[in-house]
Amino acid sequence: MPETIADIRKVTKVYTLGENKIYALNKVSAKIEKGDFVTIMGSSGSGKSTLLNMLGCLDLPTSGKVLINNTNLSKLDDDGLTSLRRNNIGFIFQQFNLIQTLTAVENVEIPMIFNGASPGKRRKRALKLLQKAQLPPEYADHKPSELSGGQQQRVAIARALANNPTILLADEPTGNLDSKTGHGVMELLRELNQAGTTVIVVTHDPRMEEYSRTTIRLQDGEVVNENS
Amino acid sequence: MRIPDPLKNNMYAELARRNLKRQAVRTALAAIGIIIGVIAISSMGILGNSLKLSVTDSFSDIGDKIIVSPVPGEDYITDKQVDQIKKVSNIESVIPVISGGEIVEYKKSGTTIQYYVAIYDIKKDDMDKLVDLQEGRYFKPGSTECVVGSGIAKNLDLKLGQKIEIDGSNLRVVGILKERGLGFDINTDSGVFTSSEMYGKLYPDADEGYGTVIVIVKDIDKIDSVMEDIQERINKKEELVTVFATNMITESLDSVFRSISLFLMGIGSISLLVAGVSILNVMLMSTMERTKEIGIMKAVGASRRDILKMFLLEALFLGVIASTAGAILTIGGSYLIMSLLVKNTSYLFTLSSMFYVVEGFFFGIATSLLGGMYPAWKASMMRPLDALRYE
Repeated sequence: MPETIADIRKVTKVYTLGENKIYALNKVSAKIEKGDFVTIMGSSGSGKSTLLNMLGCLDLPTSGKVLINNTNLSKLDDDGLTSLRRNNIGFIFQQFNLIQTLTAVENVEIPMIFNGASPGKRRKRALKLLQKAQLPPEYADHKPSELSGGQQQRVAIARALANNPTILLADEPTGNLDSKTGHGVMELLRELNQAGTTVIVVTHDPRMEEYSRTTIRLQDGEVVNENS
Repeated sequence: MRIPDPLKNNMYAELARRNLKRQAVRTALAAIGIIIGVIAISSMGILGNSLKLSVTDSFSDIGDKIIVSPVPGEDYITDKQVDQIKKVSNIESVIPVISGGEIVEYKKSGTTIQYYVAIYDIKKDDMDKLVDLQEGRYFKPGSTECVVGSGIAKNLDLKLGQKIEIDGSNLRVVGILKERGLGFDINTDSGVFTSSEMYGKLYPDADEGYGTVIVIVKDIDKIDSVMEDIQERINKKEELVTVFATNMITESLDSVFRSISLFLMGIGSISLLVAGVSILNVMLMSTMERTKEIGIMKAVGASRRDILKMFLLEALFLGVIASTAGAILTIGGSYLIMSLLVKNTSYLFTLSSMFYVVEGFFFGIATSLLGGMYPAWKASMMRPLDALRYE
């Protein structure tokens, strides 16, 4: 039986807007296995980003449990969440979210700095990762503003891989890219998945489903179906 | 536990440098605040210190003496009282002084120059303990010779062997004293010292007694007990003499100038306070602007401590750079002002003046850190998700 890397048990997330309670997630349960390629689909407001943020230790459930590598997130303090996130999770955002003052290679180095890697070692690894993410080497010293959207997302993917995470989380990674570039990015994610990394992608683009093995469909904060 | 050294991990420093550069104008304005603050606080300190040095420099060896003088109503100190003083322990020497004021006349190329001087009758042996000869020798007992202070020699342009006229008597100048500066015992520089016989001739009606008695103590630390002892012996029944130690003057001068320095630096520190507030403002603006960046940092693994360290390092950089500039400008500016206006820069390069520059430097850095502390804390406490959503 495959190992469960993320276990979501009856997770509810409630936001209070004035006197109204909004259920972003309502008793959602799901298990994600190690090495899987999961897409979380749903229209906007379905709660898919909330779910992804919980998997990324950025948010905690109002009730229910989220277990990452058998660790209950609700039992961790801020430092504990940080260290779990730093060592196990790589984030890829729709807006790329690179640090504008740093070059491509320095952006990839950032997570390694927080992990205490030595300057020489982390530079070497960052360059290797950029190569893996298929960024042409001459762009390594460019600032994000000098890169195209696709190139920026490749830098972001290299950064997500910096601390050798077990899970890659991508929030609409192709949302800001044209379809050709978008497919290129998805191809890269598929390659990484084939190399053993668990990939979880949030998207509302049905075309991305072809890359995944598991799809979790969310509607109004509830799982509609889960098919493998 | 991992403790990355922020300086060894030069990326933190690099990040701080770039972030400061990113808002160059704003950084420069905040730095100017600190620079002005450092200049204000250290130059005010130097000003107070130079004032003190220039005043205390004009006083000479005033440390170890006790001056005993008759209280108003008593005309002089008697021989008996001098003997009583001599019995006090820890005394190096007791020097009874007889003095009067006179007009000196000196004829030079037909014109007569007049000069007001103090005339002293002090025993030849005691003279040695109070003054130093510049040239010539001391007067012979019983002679009409005299030794004059450097001020008189300068003003009257006197040379050894010349004669001055006091109250109709002619005195031959046989010695000129070294310049000593303002003192509290005797007025050396404008004094004329002569023999008892000559003094008696000048003041035939003089009382049998002394105007003042100078007591030199063996050990400066015992000066208070010696003073008390003298008081006790002579002023037992009624108040006959006043006793005061010359070091009381330096002590009170010291405390006056300490207050002046503190006051001046207080004024200076107001500008540093303003600078601190402007740093606070600048750093708060930059945490707001960089909210999203903080969110990204946290999402990719930065802990609260990492964020705190980054922002504090930025404040520290700003503080060190601005304070260094302030210190250099203070030294340069003070040098310029002193060499142009006072034409004497020796007070600037004293240890005590440099201390104020160092103090200003560290106050500048401390202010920057204090100003950066709240914004840094605020940044570190941001919830990553809220920060990421910030646009």
